[in-house]
Amino acid sequence: MTIKQLSIFVENRPGRLSAITRLLGNNDIDIRAMSIADTKDFGILRLIVNHPDKALKVLKENNFSVTITNVIAIGIEDAPGGLAGAMETLYENNVSVEYMYAFISKTENIAYVIFRVENNENAAEALREAGYKILTADEIYDM
Amino acid sequence: MGRYWNEKIECMSREDMKKLQDERLVAQVRHVYDNVAYYRKMMDEKGVKPEDIRGTEDLHKLPFLTKADLREAYPYGLLAKPLSDCVRIQSTSGTTGKRVVAFYTQHDIDLWEDCCARAIVAAGGTRDDVCQVCYGYGLFTGGPGLNGGSHKVGCLTLPMSSGNTERQIQFMMDLQSTILCCTPSYAAYIGETLHDMGYGPDDIKLKAGIFGAEPWTEEMRREIEKLLGIKAYDIYGLTEISGPGVSFECEEQTGMHINEDHFIAEIIDPDTGEVLPEGSKGELVFTSITKEAFPLLRYRTRDICVLTREKCSCGRTLVKMSKPMGRTDDMLIIRGVNVFPSQIESVLLKMSNATPNYQIVVDRLNNSDTFEIMVELNDDMLSDTVKSIEELERKISSDIHSILGIKAKITLVEPKSIPRSEGKAVRVVDKRKLV
Repeated sequence: MTIKQLSIFVENRPGRLSAITRLLGNNDIDIRAMSIADTKDFGILRLIVNHPDKALKVLKENNFSVTITNVIAIGIEDAPGGLAGAMETLYENNVSVEYMYAFISKTENIAYVIFRVENNENAAEALREAGYKILTADEIYDM
Repeated sequence: MGRYWNEKIECMSREDMKKLQDERLVAQVRHVYDNVAYYRKMMDEKGVKPEDIRGTEDLHKLPFLTKADLREAYPYGLLAKPLSDCVRIQSTSGTTGKRVVAFYTQHDIDLWEDCCARAIVAAGGTRDDVCQVCYGYGLFTGGPGLNGGSHKVGCLTLPMSSGNTERQIQFMMDLQSTILCCTPSYAAYIGETLHDMGYGPDDIKLKAGIFGAEPWTEEMRREIEKLLGIKAYDIYGLTEISGPGVSFECEEQTGMHINEDHFIAEIIDPDTGEVLPEGSKGELVFTSITKEAFPLLRYRTRDICVLTREKCSCGRTLVKMSKPMGRTDDMLIIRGVNVFPSQIESVLLKMSNATPNYQIVVDRLNNSDTFEIMVELNDDMLSDTVKSIEELERKISSDIHSILGIKAKITLVEPKSIPRSEGKAVRVVDKRKLV
């Protein structure tokens, strides 16, 4: 039900993002989705990749501070109001969202949203009942 | 009142001073041996009896006291008088574990304030002066010491304590302060603020400043003198020995006269403990020969300096010490506060299972110390939300503040990004070039 997200600490200095993405590229790691949270002094790069455990190992070996966070991913209709429906479901079920980001699929008329919430099970349950498809880890990694 | 507070003592011949020191030392060793079990045990272990000490030439036979002894004996272990005879406690800026507290009888307060009075008079102070004391008041000895000295001299005393710089300047102008007592960095800051407010030396009546509690350079002295239109005098002291006024500068500005009727100074080799001849560079050691409540014998200051008995143009015969040229330990003095890297370590240890690697960076910007701590973020400190990392940063910052009493800028950096030297992390980078 949950998907492994890599959270990487990135200092605000030139070349850091380039170093991380090049490292992942050289190790055949494909990035599915990403977001970055930034402050004045540092950022946290969040990545969904095809091989999270391998990516974790490679990043650690190269002295990055990185941690795995479990998030949930759902598919929504890629049309106006598609996301609004999912957000209403979470709101009505008292699920607050820590952060989220989305990406569009290559083929179907579907968009995917990654949610970081306090309680993954409650959120997944609510979304499932409302008819949303919760993506499995394999579905995301093999996309 | 002339150029000296106590001419008889300050200009005493070497022979008379030695006689005075001999008498006082013999009595003090007896007092300590009889009343301080902790030191008695040290003397017994070394096989020294009070009767073996017949004068200053026997001083080297006595065991050394260190800061570690003060911590071990905390709080009452080195007390030589009943608490009912004590009237005051002062304390050093905190350390990782126990603080160091010093006790004073009224006699001890009087002699300490007397030493500060000598410093004020040496800086030109008289009963007609207005003395503005902007050292911190409280457990820190800076404020209380100079305040007491100022009273003794008869100056009109402004007990301002530190901070609120515009108000300091307002009082300085309205009440026509003539002598300023504070840390050199604060003096420079006051000077800069004065200029920022659109004033200059001609708008104030200051003539002298007595600055201490932190290292400062000759260059900084000239700058402060220019900013405030004054003559700047150095003052030295430590809580363990009494407080400011252990030694003070005269108009020659070439070192600080030690009040050796109260404190005998020695220079030792910090590695062997051997006493070094006059003019050698080594660790400064003090023996307090007049204090009643907290009389430390052969206390190692960890300050590196040089003593000289060369004739001084001011007429004082009191031995002179150079500005401290460094430390035998890793202590830093930042904005007047003693900082040990181990204190930073103890805070960081609470944040993570493994002690994070860190580096302290100290610099001096516009005559004020900057204090930054770079901390390598390890995996168990990391979170996927900015909120919790910023929370961690705040927690480190507030813990450092509560232990040291000063604020540090905390910068989280990536693992292994702090440069190592031969595999060992460089803990301290001091860019101030104070020596």
